[in-house]
Amino acid sequence: MPITVKFFAAMKEQTGKDEERLPIGSMATVADVWKAATGQQEMPEHTLCARNMEYVQPDEAVTDGDEIAFFPLVTGGAL
Amino acid sequence: MKIMLAEQPFEPWQLVAEHQRLLDAGGQYGAATVFVGSMRDFNLGDQVQSMFLEHYPGMTERHLEKIAQQAEQQWPLLEVLICHRVGQINPADAIVVTAVWSAHRGEAFEACRYLIEELKHRAPFWKKEQTADGPRWVAENTPAE
Repeated sequence: MPITVKFFAAMKEQTGKDEERLPIGSMATVADVWKAATGQQEMPEHTLCARNMEYVQPDEAVTDGDEIAFFPLVTGGAL
Repeated sequence: MKIMLAEQPFEPWQLVAEHQRLLDAGGQYGAATVFVGSMRDFNLGDQVQSMFLEHYPGMTERHLEKIAQQAEQQWPLLEVLICHRVGQINPADAIVVTAVWSAHRGEAFEACRYLIEELKHRAPFWKKEQTADGPRWVAENTPAE
């Protein structure tokens, strides 16, 4: 199964991507997924990463069928 | 525990009252605390006309459930309610309500504060404000005070 890659908020606009599926190929970590999905761009500072809807670090290992998401810092409801 | 995402405007006080009625726990709780967050028409020195609240379907709900579970593990609570808006929001609209029912006020106050602060810092929501100068993403949380 391919890896599903999702981008949210400003990161979706910056990359011009919403969601795509990539064969895992030689990708071993979340950071590898970022590079493959963005054409080898550097990951911006403070990018948050999620693997299967849980926060992870960029060096987290990935496996076939994973859903990997990239997004900026979150902004919750107003106080 | 009840966790909701609302795509349309909701009336927070009505929601809390209805949830308490359905709770059917009269006599068990001695305290109920409620936090309601609403949209301001100003932010960072600018007038804000409206905003769009984007979320990560699936992860957002899962994260809100986790925050509620953590509160239930930390304090002896009878019930937790969280409802959060997503989508297009206008000034004065309710954005979020967190409510807690417990036997005593101490844990009710603390748990309600915990829910909203955790939600703001970790739950995947992103605000895009519409101002006179155009749309802008809000990069950071508003301070608590």
